[in-house]
Amino acid sequence: MSEETSNSGGEFEREPVPDNALLGSGKFWGMYAGEHAAGTEFMIGPLFLAAGASLQDLILGLLLGNILAVLTWRYLVTPIAIGKRLTLYYQLERIAGGSLVKFYNLINGLLFCFLAGAMITVSASAVGIPFGINYEVPAETFGLGAPSFTMLVVLVGVVIAAVAAGGYSTVARFANIAAPWMIIIFAACGIVSLAQMGATSWPAISEGKFWSDAIEFVQAKDGAQEFGFWKIVVFAWLCNGAMHFGMADLSIFRFAKSPASGWAPSIGMFLGHYMAWIAAGLLLAAQIKLSQDTTANPGALAWGALGWTGILCVVIAGWTTANPTIYRAGLAFQGVFTKSSRIAMTLVAGTIATIAGAFPNLSAQLLGFVGTYGTVLGPMGAVIFVDYWLMKRFGLQDEYAQENGSSINVAVLVAWLLPVIVGLYLIFWQGIFAAYAVIPCWVACGVIYLALSKALQRPTSNA
Amino acid sequence: MKLNLKIISLVALLAIVASGVLFFRGAVSQEVMKAIALIATIAWFIATPMWMGREQSSSQSEA
Repeated sequence: MSEETSNSGGEFEREPVPDNALLGSGKFWGMYAGEHAAGTEFMIGPLFLAAGASLQDLILGLLLGNILAVLTWRYLVTPIAIGKRLTLYYQLERIAGGSLVKFYNLINGLLFCFLAGAMITVSASAVGIPFGINYEVPAETFGLGAPSFTMLVVLVGVVIAAVAAGGYSTVARFANIAAPWMIIIFAACGIVSLAQMGATSWPAISEGKFWSDAIEFVQAKDGAQEFGFWKIVVFAWLCNGAMHFGMADLSIFRFAKSPASGWAPSIGMFLGHYMAWIAAGLLLAAQIKLSQDTTANPGALAWGALGWTGILCVVIAGWTTANPTIYRAGLAFQGVFTKSSRIAMTLVAGTIATIAGAFPNLSAQLLGFVGTYGTVLGPMGAVIFVDYWLMKRFGLQDEYAQENGSSINVAVLVAWLLPVIVGLYLIFWQGIFAAYAVIPCWVACGVIYLALSKALQRPTSNA
Repeated sequence: MKLNLKIISLVALLAIVASGVLFFRGAVSQEVMKAIALIATIAWFIATPMWMGREQSSSQSEA
């Protein structure tokens, strides 16, 4: 999983992509293969095991969830992207108004910072291994790790923020070069972990005792948890909810020559969110078998399997994910504070991300965070969906803010915030699994937007 | 030249997987497997930047 798809600068930001700039499917397949084998996978895979997901549920649940995610990209995002060929932000501006998009950008930028913070934690966990600096997760959500680890997080954060402030293209090129290697490293981690656990025959692998023993050990130590089949399905489907249900990837697929490009995320899902997650989970299972250590420390896990190559992979995976995320958070902030420079806003984003990265528990709660991320940003995709497919059918004006000249479309504001507030209440106060809130919030947002538009729209000069 | 570099990159990736498989089958020790993986990684990062991206840089857009 990665956030490289959002607020990138570039061409045709306020106009449809012209025919001569369209791209064939190959570009999209390559891009998605790289973007979803990222530093976060080193955290998410072990968290499944730590949460008590059985191997059978994981294999089948991830399969179904990833298929649903690909179908969502293909049939929800791609038709609108090709129909309009506009960025998410420009489409939203035309529908919701400029001021509301600035508010959306601010929220988006802050969430980017927390995601980048998790990646800084991941990178620091690996950098610390050769120096004997331990990554430990304190009990409190906002508890700091060891002072030496906090210093390391600050150091890694400063470097990543400085590089991001310097520009994007070099990092993007390095990320492209590293992507195939990272995918292979994930595969190697899985193979080596199986060997370390003595699961070197088909009967031993299919029996899955190495996995169930690890879960038993974790649960005996940390208490019983459950992470069943449907929870896995929903998580795999919606962990990138902001990208597909939230329509952030309109900005990507607006360049697609053919709707068939919409199948491209399948390579990212099945390499990054299937093979890599399972392989990363096996790393923790092997660590538990070998040293009875249940800490999901990405650096230590990779070191245990592949030594220096593993350390390099975690550092590079974390860095290549954090860097563009901070860069894009900076762009999002700059969209809000238009008189500030991009460099200044990137450094602000880097500072927030570094502060977030200093709290190891935030990255340890990544399963919940990505669901919350989809719950907050996803519903805006419903606004775009309704505006594109339904407004005219109901005799309403599409792109109302553009036609009306308003800076805030009240129907969008209420339709977005109301379900999100309810969703956040259910997540943080009632304790529901965050990914469960994404689709109900999305549907509610679409319905409210349509109903409020019916009630509030006045004839425009162009209507 | 470019073809040779691509072959080196491919061989490097195959070597990483092969080292894991050899360890899996008990044919090499973990230390040997780690050494092969590290050498192959170094080869990948020397050879690949010399061809990947250069051919795309003129035509690549945001996507």
